[in-house]
Amino acid sequence: MSNATVNRAIDLLFKYTGIFCTLSALVILAIFLINIVSEGLSRIDWQFISSLPSRKAERAGILTAWTGTVWILSLTAIISIPFGVSAGIYLEEYGRKNRLASIVEVNIANLAGVPSIIYGLLGLEIFVRILNFGGSLLAGSFTLALLILPIIIVATREALKAVPKTLREASYGIGATKWQTIWYQVLPAASGGILTGIILALSRAVGETAPLIVIGALAYVPFVPTNPMDEFTVMPMQIFNWISRPQHEFLVNGAAAIIILLLITFIMNGIAIYLRNKWQKKINW
Amino acid sequence: MNRKTTEKIIEGGLALCGALTILVTLGIIWVLFSESVNFFSEVSIVDFLTDPEWTPLFTQKHYGILPLLSGTLLTTAIAIGTAMPVGLIIAVYLSEYAHKKFRSRVKPVMEILAAIPTVVYGFFALTVVTPFLQSFIPGVSTFNALSAGLVMGVMIVPMISSLSEDALFAVPKSLREAAYGMGSTRFQTSFKVIVPAASSGILVSIILAVGRAIGETMVVAIAAGQQPTLTFDPRQSVETITAYIVQVSLGDVQHGSLEYNTIFAAGITLFIVTFILNHISYWIKKRFQEKYE
Amino acid sequence: MKIIEAIDVNAYYGENHALTNINIEIKENTVTAFIGPSGCGKTTFLRMMNRMNDYVEGFRKEGTLLIDGKDVYRKKVKLEELRQHVGMVFQRPNPFPKSIFENVAYGLRIRGVGNKKEIEERVEKSLKKAALWSEVKDSLHKSAYSLSGGQQQRLCIARTLAVKPSIILMDEPASALDPLSTSKIEELIAELKQQYTIVIVTHNMQQASRISDHTAFFYLGSLIEFDKTNVIFTNPANKQTENYITGRFG
Repeated sequence: MSNATVNRAIDLLFKYTGIFCTLSALVILAIFLINIVSEGLSRIDWQFISSLPSRKAERAGILTAWTGTVWILSLTAIISIPFGVSAGIYLEEYGRKNRLASIVEVNIANLAGVPSIIYGLLGLEIFVRILNFGGSLLAGSFTLALLILPIIIVATREALKAVPKTLREASYGIGATKWQTIWYQVLPAASGGILTGIILALSRAVGETAPLIVIGALAYVPFVPTNPMDEFTVMPMQIFNWISRPQHEFLVNGAAAIIILLLITFIMNGIAIYLRNKWQKKINW
Repeated sequence: MNRKTTEKIIEGGLALCGALTILVTLGIIWVLFSESVNFFSEVSIVDFLTDPEWTPLFTQKHYGILPLLSGTLLTTAIAIGTAMPVGLIIAVYLSEYAHKKFRSRVKPVMEILAAIPTVVYGFFALTVVTPFLQSFIPGVSTFNALSAGLVMGVMIVPMISSLSEDALFAVPKSLREAAYGMGSTRFQTSFKVIVPAASSGILVSIILAVGRAIGETMVVAIAAGQQPTLTFDPRQSVETITAYIVQVSLGDVQHGSLEYNTIFAAGITLFIVTFILNHISYWIKKRFQEKYE
Repeated sequence: MKIIEAIDVNAYYGENHALTNINIEIKENTVTAFIGPSGCGKTTFLRMMNRMNDYVEGFRKEGTLLIDGKDVYRKKVKLEELRQHVGMVFQRPNPFPKSIFENVAYGLRIRGVGNKKEIEERVEKSLKKAALWSEVKDSLHKSAYSLSGGQQQRLCIARTLAVKPSIILMDEPASALDPLSTSKIEELIAELKQQYTIVIVTHNMQQASRISDHTAFFYLGSLIEFDKTNVIFTNPANKQTENYITGRFG
């Protein structure tokens, strides 16, 4: 066999390997989803969504879990968005190219890669113990806010970077100050990208379990939280709790709750991707 | 209040938010360090690093981190062993072979895979992968490292493939033109020219993926088990550093006790490893960016 | 009355010596063209007048640049006031992603002009001065991007006029436009010079000879010759000027 024939054969072989691997990923995803849906779909009904957890699987529901998720999501958003976006603006628009700026940059890259459970340990010590928030929604949301802060900062910076220089030039040329230029021109132009980043960050927060376990989100919470100092649980924790039990009925409950959690996650990601496409078309002016 | 003062105040406020990030890192280091100091005042570092048993919650207490480390290492190795080849193949295929249409269909699916909460992957590992493995491999226990490792691998594939793809994409077109112009096949161009050119970026993606696997908690907590076993047999139940921290947090351990402080000792080990990995990958990435800018 | 005066001005981008010993006086209500081959420093010098070079890393200057007798680079200068006084039109039209009306109103709003009626009056006046009013008066709230390239550039001129500058700097304002739009802009410049002092950088020598009163020829960072336009183009004193004008290089 000539060299050329062998080379062509290898090329073809790789092509099929590539298709195979890519499709496998899709197939595996499909298997996951089908499995989960088949296990849990039948369990979902109004009773399931509106019941408190219980020792009896048939009576247990996700009421406290999803209300906890809504609480955590809202509080985390309120805390993380202003700090994250502001830090992103500062680093991208004001930070000089000096040693301090590059230290902060490495630092953020590091924080983005710190395992989420370490944030749990941080939250445990600072928010639960020292600041005495206890195992409350407040402690949980502060912890998660710190966790997703690097994501928001990086997304903000990328969005700001994408705004064309000519826009800033035009604004300065007419005598606007730096902050006026940022507030009236750059931020509005970058808002789509920033929003996308925020939604993706929050969607990550919705699925987080480990840090919340560490700060003391409880496994069994028989009441709906009414204020930020209340103890709480969230969807992923409830799922973890149920699937850790040997009884099959709890596994089914877990699967059902997963379906709802996935729905929330997919909707959030879907919105973010849709926004990102719209925004990217817009900035190609 | 005049313009200039307002501008200065706004800049100061924004700068403070930027400084917050440094505070977070310092906070993490302080918390882990101070509690670990308490731990190491009672347990010697030598014991910590060499004792082959980790049983702080039993009556016969041992404080050797090796079992937890081996659990983490084993699951991570399986995960990377699965994800690295698959992720790279997908990256090369999408970047160099696939049609635009195919790419645009596949990329959202990859994003979905990456967005699924880890607890869901844990469920899948426990209820589908383990029984599947048990059906043809003898000796696979209900909680085992293999299931958890494989599922973590699937979870990490999107990360390796998308980061590697970005790295491949950044290689200038002129290099490809040179290779094809000389009559190379796509395979040759991809693996002899493009991948080497993008090697730093690909390396970064792998290092980050390793860090991700090491820090993963829920998949291993659900599917790998809570029995710290010093073993390299993937069919057995193991406990990772992260799963241990979860185990203690779920229990009733007294704050301030030695058992409680073990989670910080475990945590600081984890932090140091990921800290080193993150920094290595950051500097490689910086050098790589400078190469193509 | 000299309104712009440069005394021994030198400029550097890092190690690159971009302008060498520039001395020039520009009079009020004239149109001055800066000509010269690419990289000769004419744009650098233009951008010093409203300090747009501040945003380029490594930029340094020596010497004195006076506008209305005041040093542009003095310590206490208020950039926002400088740029109201000295407006700029850029090479590629860069309207804001806002409506036509809001583009012109922007300069007023950031300076705290709040009165709705006043804003409307000034917007209309500026659009009229920029010879754009009749084309847009019924669609002021449409996006600026719905306009053609030539219209967008006139919008940018209107935007600059709205804040009532005395000097208008133009950096190759018609180079991205078609011939018809270009001639409209040139007509506009001829009208504007009655009220404003205009400095225009251009690659197009015919354009320079058409619209300017004075012309400055730059080459490799130095000001080679500065004189009345008809002198430069018919009887230049310097051999290099003559070579550039006649197309022997450039």
